[in-house]
Amino acid sequence: MSTIVETHDDHGHHGPAKGLTRWLFTTNHKDIGTLYLWFSFLMLFIGGAMAMVIRAELFSPGLQIVQPEFFNQMTTNHGLIMVFGVIMPAFVGLANWMIPMQIGAPDMALPRLNNLSFWLLPMAFGILISTLFMPAGGPNFGWTFYAPLSTTYAPDTVTFFIFSVHVMGASSILGSINIITTILNMRAPGLTLMKMPLFVWSWLITAYLLIAVMPVLAGAVTMMLMDIHFGTSFFNAAGGGDPVLFQHIFWFFGHPEVYIMILPAFGIISHIVETFSRKPIFGYSSMVYALTSIAILSFVVWAHHMFTVGMPLAGELFFMYSTMLIAIPTGVKVFNWVATMFRGSISFETPMLFAIAFVALFTIGGFSGLMLAIVPADFQYHDTYFVVAHFHYVLVPGALFGIIAGVYYWIPKWTGYMYDETLGKLHFWLSFISVNLTFFPMHFVGLAGMPRRYPDYALQFADFNAFVSVGSFIFGVTQLLLLFIVIKAIRSGKKASGEVWEGTKEWGLEWTLESPPPYHSFTVQPEVK
Amino acid sequence: MSSPQPYYVPESSKLPFAMAVTMLTMIIGASITVKPELGPLGDNSYLVLLAGFLMMWTTMFFWFSEVIKENNEGLNNPMLNNSYYYGMAWFIFSEVMFFFAFFLALGYIRMFAVPWLGGEGEKGISNILWPGFEAHWPLMVTPDQAIFPGPDKEMSLSTAYSKGGLAGVLGWIPLYNTVLLLTSSVTVHIAHIGLKNGNRKQFNLWLGITLILGYAFVALQAFEYYEAYTHMGLTLKTGVYGTTFFMLTGFHGFHVCLGAIILTIMLIRGLKGHFSHEDQFGFEAGSWYWHFVDVVWICLVAFVYVM
Repeated sequence: MSTIVETHDDHGHHGPAKGLTRWLFTTNHKDIGTLYLWFSFLMLFIGGAMAMVIRAELFSPGLQIVQPEFFNQMTTNHGLIMVFGVIMPAFVGLANWMIPMQIGAPDMALPRLNNLSFWLLPMAFGILISTLFMPAGGPNFGWTFYAPLSTTYAPDTVTFFIFSVHVMGASSILGSINIITTILNMRAPGLTLMKMPLFVWSWLITAYLLIAVMPVLAGAVTMMLMDIHFGTSFFNAAGGGDPVLFQHIFWFFGHPEVYIMILPAFGIISHIVETFSRKPIFGYSSMVYALTSIAILSFVVWAHHMFTVGMPLAGELFFMYSTMLIAIPTGVKVFNWVATMFRGSISFETPMLFAIAFVALFTIGGFSGLMLAIVPADFQYHDTYFVVAHFHYVLVPGALFGIIAGVYYWIPKWTGYMYDETLGKLHFWLSFISVNLTFFPMHFVGLAGMPRRYPDYALQFADFNAFVSVGSFIFGVTQLLLLFIVIKAIRSGKKASGEVWEGTKEWGLEWTLESPPPYHSFTVQPEVK
Repeated sequence: MSSPQPYYVPESSKLPFAMAVTMLTMIIGASITVKPELGPLGDNSYLVLLAGFLMMWTTMFFWFSEVIKENNEGLNNPMLNNSYYYGMAWFIFSEVMFFFAFFLALGYIRMFAVPWLGGEGEKGISNILWPGFEAHWPLMVTPDQAIFPGPDKEMSLSTAYSKGGLAGVLGWIPLYNTVLLLTSSVTVHIAHIGLKNGNRKQFNLWLGITLILGYAFVALQAFEYYEAYTHMGLTLKTGVYGTTFFMLTGFHGFHVCLGAIILTIMLIRGLKGHFSHEDQFGFEAGSWYWHFVDVVWICLVAFVYVM
């Protein structure tokens, strides 16, 4: 069915409203995408500042700068903000901007719901961050908020935390319903599922995962609320419950959540690699099947996060083998990216540099994940800096580099101006060097036994930790350069063509629009051959 | 299919932002209601939550009114209607997963946590925490009776039968609740057939019957809770049996209330002449929801009351 856009408008003008109300009341997918992206950028600096506090304290052994109680609040909120406030909203922002353009739709399927999904986030995070300034202090039980730390021993403000998580979950669920509906219902005629761009595919799977697991997280915090305020005993063995139950429920949410934070990056990287290798992606359908298999497997691996908690042997073995299975579809993706580049006519613009770094460094994170999947080895690595190194490798040079690559790749499309290529390359090299300086030594101190989440450590870890802190400060400051580059690309620069990058017009509908695209992307749905 | 159809994109709207502010009010209101120390209002903290609820109902009223108005103006095409159907279906899927979390908790507690505490199974070493604790389900004696005194009676079918035989089963409230809810799923379907055939009288009548059955269910469930609290010593605080019993049935009861409210609004809309035999999304969404709470109830009967 083909479609033209119809706006309900009595004054005959098209385009955005003026002033602040444009952003408060907008129903436009591009405006909402922009809001999501700026929100996550702001949160990146807030969460990053918390990481700087952590690294400043860990620069040398002993307690120098902050008290242990405050240190705990920093690790907790750094994790919560980076996961729920940076990576997820940034991907939703990219989805909002790109999916309607990539599938040839005028807008998202449910535009008002889209606005609500965004504005719930500042409300939830406003409350969450404000708890840090309350007398009882903010959440201090780690971003995984294990019971009984988050129930029996939690600060009073945990109640604000619980309801904030409910609202964040509502935001994600509503946003995902919108995205999944858009993809399933609003594709241009002829754009069959197996012709969809991989970013759209990755978001279809991600949205499904989000709708499946965010309610489980809501269930977990609801049980916490009941245990804290209404005398139930879900997580209290004295009444017949079990604190380990919390971990099972949390990680039933948490492991698909890990893939929610990486699958859209897979989609972005696939587009970038094919564009700058000037070759269509190698093994498109295997990419789709790999995405799907990762999503299915993600529901049966959760307990590998809790090998040391005391599970029956059969459970340990099951979760070890199912976890290792995930290496297969992930390997398919990595090999396909490499095969796409093989004999391609590669050029190294900034998005491609970030994409190549993604492929290499994400793979390191994947391999350390395989090491952690081995039960007896995990007994040694559990809760050490090796784990911290592992998940930062998949989240920073993985998810975050994927987002940054996507921003460089698409920003000429969004603003109509090319970003500054020299500054972009400088940003890449500084980020690439400092991210490895930050996270690679963590493997060594972790293997040597340095535990995570402590404000102090034994003297033999001092040198590596100093390196890590220096690396993290460089990485943190470098991201201010990204802010500068983005603002510059919004205000001025070389005019970008509709195609932006050479030859993209044949590969995706978004490149057939001019740069910047019209306020309503496709007023008449294009036919896809 | 051939000529382009307009897909309606609302220009801008104040309603979503109003809803976001509402949710902010509700976060604060709910938090300071359960923990008054967090706010400055003391015993009056619940007023903020109340204000949040009022704001929510108001915003929803205006939001739905606008959508209905747009539909009556003919702005919605089949493609947009499809978006609504997809949206509702995925929303119900998210609700299924919400319930799944609580069923998962019940399953884990019954299959692992309680037996291990009682010294059975591979992790039966947990028994050293409370030596002498014996695992039974329903859990009438908790590991630490001083903190969580167990209930006096419980709700299961087997107990009803062993205590009173057939008469006991006939006096078992969930039996009637099951009959009520299953019947209501049939009646809402008859109403739906009536609407599809353009038979408004059939629609109004059978939707009305559905609502009577639905509210009767809620009333009976409330009575069951009253019995539990006053005569059976079964409360939220009586250990993990009371915990899971009230959480699962309560969460379900809350959803039945929501479904009943949705269908009540649909009845009012039906009496006002809304819907046609091909355009009836609002009602269909409500009836999907109703069938969904019915299916959850069957699972509840199986896992909470019978097994």
